Amino acid sequence: MRERPAVDLDAIDRRIIDTLQGGFPVSEAPYAEAAAALGIREEELLARLQGLLDTKVLTRFGPMVQIERLGGAFVLAALVVPEARYEAVTAAVNAFPEVAHNYRREHALNMWFVLATETPDGIPAAIAKIEAATGLPVHAFPKEAEYFVEMKLESRV
Amino acid sequence: MTEYVFDPADRAIIIATQGGLPLVPRPYHAVADQVGLPAEEVMARLQAMMTAGIIRRIGAVPNHYAIGWTANGMTVWDVADERIDPLGRQVGALDCVTHCYRRPRALPAWPYNLFAMVHGSSREEVLAKAETIRSLLGDACRASDVLFSTRILKKSGLRIG
Repeated sequence: MRERPAVDLDAIDRRIIDTLQGGFPVSEAPYAEAAAALGIREEELLARLQGLLDTKVLTRFGPMVQIERLGGAFVLAALVVPEARYEAVTAAVNAFPEVAHNYRREHALNMWFVLATETPDGIPAAIAKIEAATGLPVHAFPKEAEYFVEMKLESRV
Repeated sequence: MTEYVFDPADRAIIIATQGGLPLVPRPYHAVADQVGLPAEEVMARLQAMMTAGIIRRIGAVPNHYAIGWTANGMTVWDVADERIDPLGRQVGALDCVTHCYRRPRALPAWPYNLFAMVHGSSREEVLAKAETIRSLLGDACRASDVLFSTRILKKSGLRIG
C-alpha cells in the first residue's frame, strides 16, 4: 500500500537529505562547496544525489518556485473517484501539467491534488479540463489564509 | 517584499531548472549554455529571484515516505469563523504541522475550514499530534477528521512553460 522504496540510507545520505533541503549555493562550483561542508568529495555528492533521485528517495533537486510571486495560483482540489475507475482517473488527472502533486486519501473525497498555474484564470480552466476528462465534479479548496508553510523534514530512517 | 520584474530570461531559467538542477560540477554554467546567457547572469538572476521570494529555496525535495515519514494525515477542523485566525496561527506554530491554511467549507458535505498537514512515522503518532491540535482548538472546534494518505499518485512539483 505504501510507496516506500526499499532503499537503505546510510549516515551520509541522511546528512545530504537533512542539510540540503535548502541553502544550496549559487556559485561556480556549488556541489564542491556543499560536498566540502558535508566532508565528502564533489564526485561522491554528485553520485549520491543521482542515486537518491534514481531510487526516488528525492523527488527532485533544484530551485523551488513560489508561483504566487509570479502572479500564478495554487489551489487544493479533490474528487470523489469510484474505486473501479481509480487507476484511469489517476492517469487522466496526472496527465495535466497543472497538477503539481496528487495523493490518494482515505475519505469519500479520495483523490486530493494541487493545481499550480501561471495565472489565476488558469485554475478554472484546469478544473474545467479535469472535469471534462474525468466526468467527475472537482471540489476546489482555495486557501483563504496561510498560517504556516515549512516543508522541511529530517530523515527518520 | 521587493517588486521584482520577472522577465523572459528569468522564465527561461526557471523552465530550464524545473526538472532539476544539472548534476554536473558547474550546474549554473550548464543552465547558462542551455538558455544562451552568461553564467554570471544566470547566477545573479537566481540570487535576485531568491531575494524577491520567487524562488523559495534551492535544494533537495525528499519523498517523505522514503525518509521514514510513512504516515501523513491531512487534519481538518471546523473552527468558529470569529476565532479561526489566531487559532490557525497557533496550530501552524506547532512543531508537527508542516502546512496550515484556512480554506472555504463546502457545506453540507465538507464542514471543515482549517487544514493542518501532520507527518509522523506511524498513524498513532499522527493521531497523537492531532489530539494536541484538538486540545489547542478547544470548544472553538465543532468537528474534525484526519485524512491519511495511502499513496503518492504524483509529485512533480510546479511546471510552467
